[in-house]
Amino acid sequence: MGAAPDRTTAWSRAAKVLARRLVQGVPIVLGIVVVNFLLLHAAPGTVVDALVGQMGASDPALVERMRTQFGLDRPIWERLLLYLWNLVRLDLGFSAFYNMPVDVLIFERLAATALLMLSSIGVALSLGVVAGVAAARRFNTFWDGLIGVVALLFYATPVFWIGLMLLVLFAVQLDILPIGGMQTVAAEFGPIGTALDVLWHLILPMTTLSLFFIATYTRLMRSSMLEAYQQDYVRTARAKGVPERDVAYRHVLRNALLPVVTVVGVQIGALLGGAVVVESVFNWPGLGRLAYDAVLQRDFNLLLGILFMSSIVVIVVNILVDLLYAWLDPRIAVE
Amino acid sequence: MTITRRDAGRGIAAILGTGMTMGASGARAQSRGGTLTCLLANEPPMLTSAFNTALPLGTIATKVLEGLLAYDAQMNPSPALATSWTVSPDGLAYTFRLRSGVKWHDGRDFTSADVAFSAMSVWKELHPRGRAVFANLTAVETPDAHTAVFRLSAPSPVLLSALHAYESQILPRHLYEGTDIQNNPANNAPIGTGPFRFREWRRGQFILLERSPDYWDAGKPLLDRVIFRVMTDAGARSAAMENGSVDIGFWSPVSLAETERLRRLRHIEVTTSGYEYASPMFFMELNLRRPPLDNVMVRRAMMHAIDRQFIIENIFLNYAEPVTGPIPRSSPFYTADVRQYPFNPRLANEMLDAAGVRRGANGIRFSITHDPVPQGDEHAQSADYVKQALSEVGINVDVRRQDLASQIRRVSTWDFDMSSNPLFAMFDPALGVNRLFWSENIRQGTPFTNVSGFRNAEIDQIIARQGSERDPAARRALYHRFQQIIMDEVPLLYLLEVKYATIANRRVRNHTADGAAAFGNFANISIEGR
Repeated sequence: MGAAPDRTTAWSRAAKVLARRLVQGVPIVLGIVVVNFLLLHAAPGTVVDALVGQMGASDPALVERMRTQFGLDRPIWERLLLYLWNLVRLDLGFSAFYNMPVDVLIFERLAATALLMLSSIGVALSLGVVAGVAAARRFNTFWDGLIGVVALLFYATPVFWIGLMLLVLFAVQLDILPIGGMQTVAAEFGPIGTALDVLWHLILPMTTLSLFFIATYTRLMRSSMLEAYQQDYVRTARAKGVPERDVAYRHVLRNALLPVVTVVGVQIGALLGGAVVVESVFNWPGLGRLAYDAVLQRDFNLLLGILFMSSIVVIVVNILVDLLYAWLDPRIAVE
Repeated sequence: MTITRRDAGRGIAAILGTGMTMGASGARAQSRGGTLTCLLANEPPMLTSAFNTALPLGTIATKVLEGLLAYDAQMNPSPALATSWTVSPDGLAYTFRLRSGVKWHDGRDFTSADVAFSAMSVWKELHPRGRAVFANLTAVETPDAHTAVFRLSAPSPVLLSALHAYESQILPRHLYEGTDIQNNPANNAPIGTGPFRFREWRRGQFILLERSPDYWDAGKPLLDRVIFRVMTDAGARSAAMENGSVDIGFWSPVSLAETERLRRLRHIEVTTSGYEYASPMFFMELNLRRPPLDNVMVRRAMMHAIDRQFIIENIFLNYAEPVTGPIPRSSPFYTADVRQYPFNPRLANEMLDAAGVRRGANGIRFSITHDPVPQGDEHAQSADYVKQALSEVGINVDVRRQDLASQIRRVSTWDFDMSSNPLFAMFDPALGVNRLFWSENIRQGTPFTNVSGFRNAEIDQIIARQGSERDPAARRALYHRFQQIIMDEVPLLYLLEVKYATIANRRVRNHTADGAAAFGNFANISIEGR
């Protein structure tokens, strides 16, 4: 390692890389949109079937009118070109099922999903890293075994079951937490009250989802800590007489964080997909449920919109993760 | 904070309106105020059921928007927005006197022009059943603001059965005329004349209605607010019922086993009344184009091979009733005088042998596919039972599982052998039953039509004649014959009538007053002692 590069050049280089990566993302997003579009249209049934199916009654003229209204009478390539043209103009189209612009529907749910996912990942990351480090430092002791078993237990238990059990315990038996939803319906609490109300509703779904994530982080942290302990620089540090505490936190931890960052990146990338199961059990108005319903309702504009936004998030998060690597480990140059 | 607001509201109501309420309700004092929280298993696509008959939608919209008539438990018409009605001697003109002083929730007057617009531009044009029901309607005249005259090209006795708030909802002309009705913003934020007005819809969470202060029925509604909570997870719905965060759920909101568990709790009651209006019949459609299903002997044998009582008791846990034909027992058109199909696999085997459909070397006579409706566990389990029961008589059934859109597509494009469906018979067969058997309703690509491809000249004749038959007794006789023919021919295998459960907290009063409880307007529902 030579002298540390000049700060300003590092930043401008990062900015250039960022711009280039974003431009590279455009054809990827385009490809994703086209493949999604074709895949979805290969599914049997259309939104007309789903809508009429729920009505329990129908009429030939009505079905024909709906097909025309939703453009289903047009050839598929024409619909694809129209969709792409609209996308270029940043128009995600209209949801056939909800009768609303897709972007409005998505943005309504975005905050709820982001809150749930980010808080769960945040909590899980902090606890997982702590537990992983603790397990690695007490490698092959009782504590290591206990942490491993507990993490595995949470990982192996179905999320919906944990969710329902927490619900039965805290909302039905003890009656101290709400039964689901994101806020008390039609209550006027003021801004601070509303925020507290949302947090109160967040506790159970966040806990449920964190328990699932914690296991991954704990196991990953533990194994990459153990791997880092084998490295030569650790032996060097110990030989120099660096206290064991400092070896763990300053030398091992920082290097062991890289795989965890990768996994966090992947999970944040999947953020818009939300957590369908947890959202359903706790009635959390997130994007996961919206996407799931959109599949059942064959509401392709809505689903394509969600997938489009997801692909953008994935690409952006990937770039950020790469930059983060470089910051954590200067040996990795941002190319 | 919620509690304070509710109590304050109740206090004010007590001061202002006690005398009025006591006078109106007679024997039992009803408490006013409070919030009713109602379960909703699915998010509705919109909040207007004037041209979309989906269940969650009808459950919400009927509190905000109204129809010309209401119906009592025996399905006799009673006044709603129409106060009286007369039919001309030739049966070609129906004159409705409309309630005066009724206002839309945005303050405009409700007039006969709204009725004319709704009938001609909405029900007759866009409603999935309305297009058939109002086929004979040629014009709606409005001699004055409170009179609407329906002009018909031929008598149409079903008309008076179809003017419920769910079936034929009156929309405000001033918001809809000249617009794209199906995409009108008012569909998502309805303006009606009903006891509750729309306040907020937070998608994925709840729909909030609040009492309309100047509802025409003075002193009503009793509740201050109605909240519909969308809860898509059945386990969470059950927990919410149990801890009292929701008060009521219609249309069997949790699985039947869970319903039985909740029923044993002290604060919960379960009723299966209130669905006579819809009368959902569970049947299996057969594709008569495909041999050997075109052979009536084979179809009769299949009826004998299925133990329908077993399905009712073990799968539907008695939340179902036996049926003898296409028309439910609660209907005035019902007759039991039809060919009966007691469970008798031995007879079924003999009938199949006699029909020349013999068992092959592997014991199988023929194989068919079955596309059960993907709604709830009961329908999936029934399919498993049917597969087993038919294998006893040498019929191999391949059950295909899929989601609703796929099943609807397969069945409506006739790409099936056997499928199952729980369809509303409705209390007048002209609304819900004829469509399944009328040869002119064989329409490839359109769901819930005559997908079997059943053709019977006498049935077609009966359907044509009943439409203009004004003598109720003669019309009933026509439908008796109708049921006899259908049960001789068995184009569909009728299994049972579904009895939906309403699960309610005991503090909710008057939730099931007539045959359309979930589609009622909730004006008389109150919440006791909280």
